[in-house]
Amino acid sequence: MGGRDSDLVLLDENGIRCDGRKVDETRNISIKAGVLKNANGSAYIEFGDNKILAGVFGPRDVHPKHMSDTDTGIIRCRYHMSPFSVTERKNPAPSRREIEIGKVIKEALRPAVMLEKFPRTAVDVYVEVLQADGGTRCAALDAASVALADAGIPMRDMVSACAAGKVADTIILDVNNEEDQAGQADMPIGYMPNLGKVTLLQLDGVLTPAEFKKCLETGIEGCKQVYEIQKQALKDKFFANGEQ
Amino acid sequence: MGDNKRRFVIPGEVITTGPYRPEQNVILEGKKIIATKVGISEIYDDSVKVIPLTGKYIPKSEDLVIGKIISHSSLSWEADINSCYVGMLPGSDVFGRNFQPDTDEMTSKLKKGDLIAARIVNFDRSRDPLITIADRELGKIDSGELVKISPSKVPRLIGKQGTMIQAIEMATHATITIGQNGLVVVACENPDGLLKAKKAIQMIDEQAHMANLTDKVKAMLESNSV
Repeated sequence: MGGRDSDLVLLDENGIRCDGRKVDETRNISIKAGVLKNANGSAYIEFGDNKILAGVFGPRDVHPKHMSDTDTGIIRCRYHMSPFSVTERKNPAPSRREIEIGKVIKEALRPAVMLEKFPRTAVDVYVEVLQADGGTRCAALDAASVALADAGIPMRDMVSACAAGKVADTIILDVNNEEDQAGQADMPIGYMPNLGKVTLLQLDGVLTPAEFKKCLETGIEGCKQVYEIQKQALKDKFFANGEQ
Repeated sequence: MGDNKRRFVIPGEVITTGPYRPEQNVILEGKKIIATKVGISEIYDDSVKVIPLTGKYIPKSEDLVIGKIISHSSLSWEADINSCYVGMLPGSDVFGRNFQPDTDEMTSKLKKGDLIAARIVNFDRSRDPLITIADRELGKIDSGELVKISPSKVPRLIGKQGTMIQAIEMATHATITIGQNGLVVVACENPDGLLKAKKAIQMIDEQAHMANLTDKVKAMLESNSV
C-alpha cells in the first residue's frame, strides 16, 4: 500500500475519483444469466472493465469418490484467470492467488447453498476471468451466485458482493484496479441481502475501528445495489416473455 | 391470476410473512417464508410453494421415471434416471421371488442401453433410489423415440388434469410416456404423427412459461405443416 503511482490523482478536490465516479458510486454492472448451453447454470458479468464468466454443474456425482460426504453435498470452486485477462500474459497454471480466491468464493457461497439436501453429491462452480480490472473476486462471486440460481440449486439467499476501500483518507465504494494498487485499503464483502448476513469479508490495508465500520456499511450498500442487478438478470432470463 | 397470488420469485425472496405451512422449494426463516429456487410462488389457504423453472430431477417415491440401464452386477441393475443419483433395480424385481444370482443371467432380461419405464419405490437421503418395473404399465420400452426435456417442465407437458398431453395424443395418435425425470418416450405408427408430437413436446419445453400455451400447441397440431 502507499502510492506506487505518485502522479495519479485518486480523489480530486470535488470528490471525483480517477475514473470519474463519486465516492459512493459503483462501476457499471451488467449481468446476463444462462449464457452457456452445456453447463447446468451460467452467468456472465461485466463489472466495470471486469469480464467474468461463471458456469455451474450439479448436483452431480463426486469424483474422486473419497471426497464425497454421506451427510451432505459438497461445493467446489475453481477461479481461473485467462492468459489474456491482464496486460502481461498470465501463466494459465493455477497460481497461489487463484487457489485462494477459489477457496474464498467457495466459502462465501456455502452458507447460501442448501447442500444438505443432496448428500453424496457435488456442486461445481467454475469461474473464468476474461478481463480483470480490480475487484474480480467480488464480480466472480456475483456471477457464481446468479449461475447457481440459474442451475436451480436450492439457495437460502443470493450472495451479492462488492468491495469498499480507503483512498486518499476517504472511504469509497467499489475499488478499481488503480485504487487497489495505490489506495490505502481494500475490503471485499459478500452479503446475503435478504438474510442480512455477511459471507465474505477480507481486508487488505489498515483502517481505524470507525473507518472499518463505515467501510463495511458502504460495502453492504454496494452489495444491495448489486443484488438488484442480479435479480433483474434472473427475471430477464426466466420471466422476460410474458406472464404465467 | 391474482386469485392464488402467483408471483415470480428468485432465491432469497420473501414470499409472505403470514402463518403458512412451507411446502416445496421454500424455507421458513423466523416468520418469513423464503423461496429457494427461481420459479413461481403460489399461496394457498394454509401453505406456500414455489414451482421451479429450472433444476435437476430429484427422485421422489411413487414417481414414474424413464431410465436407461448403464450397468449391472450379479444382483441388480443400475439405471441412469437423469438425476444426481442412479436408480437401483434389484434382480428379484425382474426374475421373481426365486431369483438366483448364480444361475440367472442378468443380461438375458435387460442389457446395457435398454430403456425402462420404472417407478421409484423408495428414496431417502442415505441410499440410492430403489426402482421397480414390476407393474402393469412399467417395464422395458421396446419402441419409440426418446425426447429429453427439462424436468421442471414436466407438469406443463402434462397440463391441468392431463389436458395438454391428451391434446397431443389425440391429434397425432401417438402414445406418449412421460417420466417425471424429464425423459419422454413417443411411439407412433405414423411418422408424421411422431414428428408432430416431438415438435409439440419441444415447443412446450421451450415456451413453458408462456401464457395460453395449450392454444398455441393446439394451433400447431392442427396446422398441416410438420
